[in-house]
Amino acid sequence: MNNFEYAQPQTIPEAIELLATADNNAVVLAGGTDVIGLMKRFVVNPDRVVNIAEIPELQRITTDDTGNTWIGAAVHLDQVLDSRSMNAFPAIKQTIQGISSIQLQCQGTLVGELLRRPNCWYFRNGHGLLADSGRMVVHGDNRFHAILGNRGAAKFVNPSRLAPALISLGAKVRIAGPTADDERIIDLEALYRTPRSDREMENVLEPGQLVTHVMVPRDAGHLSAAYEVRHGEGPDAPLAAAAVSMSVVRGVVRGAKVVLGQVAPTPWIAAGAANAMLGLPLSEELAARAGMESTAGAMPLSQNEYKIQLAQVAVKRAILRAAGLDTGDIPSCMASAELI
Amino acid sequence: MADTKYSWPASHQAQLIGKRVDRLDGLVKSTGAAKYTYDLNLDKQLIVRALGCPFAHCRVVSVDTSEAEKVPGVVVVHLINAPKEDGPVEIQAQGTLIAAVAAETEAAAAEACAKLKVAYEELDVFVDDHDLAAAEAAKRTKAAGGGIELDEALGEPGDDDDESEWEDKMIQRLLVESKYVVEGRYGIDAITHCCLEPHGSTLQWEGNKLKVHLSTQNVSQCDDGFAAALGITADEVDVHCDYIGGGFGSKFQPNYWGIAAAEIAKKAGRPVKFMLTREQELQIAGNRPSGYIDVKLGADENGVVKVWDSHHWGTSGFNGSTVSVGTVPYVYKPKNIRRRATGVVTNNEPSVAWRAPNHPQACLLTQTAYDDLAAKMQADSFDIFLRNLENIDTPEKASVYAEEMRIAAELIQWRKYWHPHGKGHKRGSVVDGLGIGIHKWGGTANTSSCLLRIHPDGGVESYCGTQDLGTGTRTVCAMVVAETLGLPVDAVKVNIGSSTYPFSGASGGSTTVGAVSESHRRAAQDAIAQIFEKVAAKLDVPADQLEAIGGKIQAKGYGDKAMPWKQACSLIGIRPLEVTSNYQRGTASPLSNEGVAGVQMAHVAVDTDTGEVKIKRMVAVQDIGLIINRKTAESQVYGAMIMSIAAAIFEQRINDPKTGAFLNSELDAYRLPRLGDTGELVVHFHEPESERSRGVIGLGEPPAISGIAAISNAVCNATGVRVPTVPMTPKRVLDALRAAKANA
Repeated sequence: MNNFEYAQPQTIPEAIELLATADNNAVVLAGGTDVIGLMKRFVVNPDRVVNIAEIPELQRITTDDTGNTWIGAAVHLDQVLDSRSMNAFPAIKQTIQGISSIQLQCQGTLVGELLRRPNCWYFRNGHGLLADSGRMVVHGDNRFHAILGNRGAAKFVNPSRLAPALISLGAKVRIAGPTADDERIIDLEALYRTPRSDREMENVLEPGQLVTHVMVPRDAGHLSAAYEVRHGEGPDAPLAAAAVSMSVVRGVVRGAKVVLGQVAPTPWIAAGAANAMLGLPLSEELAARAGMESTAGAMPLSQNEYKIQLAQVAVKRAILRAAGLDTGDIPSCMASAELI
Repeated sequence: MADTKYSWPASHQAQLIGKRVDRLDGLVKSTGAAKYTYDLNLDKQLIVRALGCPFAHCRVVSVDTSEAEKVPGVVVVHLINAPKEDGPVEIQAQGTLIAAVAAETEAAAAEACAKLKVAYEELDVFVDDHDLAAAEAAKRTKAAGGGIELDEALGEPGDDDDESEWEDKMIQRLLVESKYVVEGRYGIDAITHCCLEPHGSTLQWEGNKLKVHLSTQNVSQCDDGFAAALGITADEVDVHCDYIGGGFGSKFQPNYWGIAAAEIAKKAGRPVKFMLTREQELQIAGNRPSGYIDVKLGADENGVVKVWDSHHWGTSGFNGSTVSVGTVPYVYKPKNIRRRATGVVTNNEPSVAWRAPNHPQACLLTQTAYDDLAAKMQADSFDIFLRNLENIDTPEKASVYAEEMRIAAELIQWRKYWHPHGKGHKRGSVVDGLGIGIHKWGGTANTSSCLLRIHPDGGVESYCGTQDLGTGTRTVCAMVVAETLGLPVDAVKVNIGSSTYPFSGASGGSTTVGAVSESHRRAAQDAIAQIFEKVAAKLDVPADQLEAIGGKIQAKGYGDKAMPWKQACSLIGIRPLEVTSNYQRGTASPLSNEGVAGVQMAHVAVDTDTGEVKIKRMVAVQDIGLIINRKTAESQVYGAMIMSIAAAIFEQRINDPKTGAFLNSELDAYRLPRLGDTGELVVHFHEPESERSRGVIGLGEPPAISGIAAISNAVCNATGVRVPTVPMTPKRVLDALRAAKANA
């Protein structure tokens, strides 16, 4: 990696100041599980690294007067997993448990996970986020790339594993900066965007802005679950993922939000899947139908058509799991052949 | 003492041999106290980082080092593959090192590498090893041998017949006459060695003498490589390696980056550490060639294969070789064979030896077809594999295979869980299935010398220029000496890992446990014979009636006529007793042998909606002659089975089709199994006295061979569909299921 300035602010205003005055070339360091590797590979070459891990205000999980939970940007994933305030949100806990690396759970932060840079191997091998306006992906190996939202130059998939769960639960983020007084709270899904040119990032943060907190709204009694189709039990990126939050009254779906992960340059809200379930009794057939609806408009690349089926299965199984029904898959831990 | 008869103790008499003994270095390894080459830091050392070529095929036209030299902390910029007087240098694989920088810090070295200005001229790239027609069209193929062998019973061609035409006709006729014919295409992708500790060295010059800490599986012989390249003699090079983080066949040489390290240290007049980066480790430090096959086999009504007709190809990189033609078909050898091999020249680094070179690929390419025969017949794979033992290339092993198959079947509960291919019970979207694979290996003992020193105060130390790849060699050395001298394991101070010690061969081809068992047993038996002579006089017992056991020298069967070890050693005199004993590879010996069979079975679950394959249970049954340390032997097999799971389900080198770039050359993208992916692993050593009495045989390669075929066959048994190429990723499983559905 190149030489860089290192700063370790103690307050949010200090952090914002350090980010805002870095001539548009600062990065935020929290757990460091992603950015350090990118710096070592010269994919990210900051002049200044601002470590926010020591800011006390960002290290806490708090509940406000209305019952909403606020998770600071320096809170580690294992702290979220262990937090009692998360007990009402199985989708979040299941997803963190699925990041089956103790190191990533203990070192990685929630906001760092939400803002992880894409895993696209053309990006990580130094060809830029769009990899020659998408041409390298289209003509290259795109087995893990986007099947939805991929008509523009961006073919990568959003790598966050927690974003689908949090979006399905209506989470918001608090963004501070670029001046000390600037603060806004937006829906988590609005944090992400599909870049159209090499000048754009995969999120809407401007230089000098910092995501300080994630807010998970008060438990509304919804059922929630996440399901990731994974290739092995390691920390590798899932092949497709889905999270669902839904209200079910006397067996009938009265409201639902279905979000796909690993299929598009942003977390993908599958409105059609949710609509397909409204007013209908929850069943395996309905979950399967929602899965089919979830990939409407998919445009597979040369090697990733299989991901359509995986996304559909992920939706179906997330719904079944949320409803407490059998997902019909392989138990994740099989100590012996007797278990199946 | 030239006539000493060497032997192993009988199993009921052995105190240590065959028992479970913890690794002597287990604690220092698990606490991090053990220093690997990567951990060593020498006083005033510089760190070297190298620039790898970003292109898979190009010419290096010029290298401008001026900006790199200006980076603070840079001491030496060293050209490796840069143009010389005779023009540009052609690079044929991504990652090939262009130049290296030695600096005060790793960051400075890396930054300077990024500031090297290299002018490249890009050339055409070819990396598609799957598609033989494409390779032929691109003129990227090389004939790699072949031939026909026919059953003598078919007679001879007539005088007017063209011999090869007649032979071709015979193969065709045999196929037409076969009751069952299987035609298939199977494949196994290239993978890399992926050593956890990358290749590299930490070294320094002391005058004209080079002292190298090298991550190597060949301590005794790398001095030659350094010396030849540096214009000195091997006596001026000392190579050390106490611990090594993985080799698998890729760490036999200093490699050109090791030579560069020595040259840089010379220029700088300071020690240097030069370890490859993770990306470079995967790109250039070792890979296993791919293999793909078109095969047609014909069998009789009992499923016994009578004719095999195959053409296989694959790539070993830009040198364009493939899986050795002589290894296909594998273990099974029908009486009539036509086989042909073609190498595909791709822009990848040439392959190097990978645990059991050729065998895992040949096994997969052969035994998937045999299993498809069972599927076609809707017969039990076990029966088909068993019946075909009548035609194998090691007929003397047929009964061993049969017995091992029987044991493996019991351990995996074959009879309970077996169902015809694709006819199992489906729970949700999940089906399960069983598969089998069988293998062979040599495992002869390598050349090895051991210097054993017994001090008059009873202290014992051994010296041997072998290395412990992590398999437990150090512990084996101690156990063999301790057993022979009647001492506890920790009474023997084992010294290995230095080229200044007596020569011992490279750890390759499953030759190390045999090598060190030979040399250490011989040295210890030679030494104890001398001590017996001295004790005999004192105890008034013939020397040949003495035994060393339980810390004493005693008359066999008479515990009252005994002398404690320490007292016996005091009879040596005032100087230590030193014995150097040697074993030469290839010499017939009662202590070691070669040639093993081996059977593996897998029980898998397949999620037909997602294409995920999970191992439920895997069983390895292995004959291995005499076992020295049961615990590390089992560990060796566990590791081999996990590598098989990796190759069957996860690992592959992925090249960008256009640029040839190795896309997944970092561990965040190179998929490997984790503990949760291994299921239950069961190891059983088949060791009747008929096997034990053969002596020590190497165990490194055999268990790393047939597991891949077994897993592929189990997936086919589960789904009724062959996933033709491994690794069987979810995409490939779903693609195969979809193709089968479309064809149905």
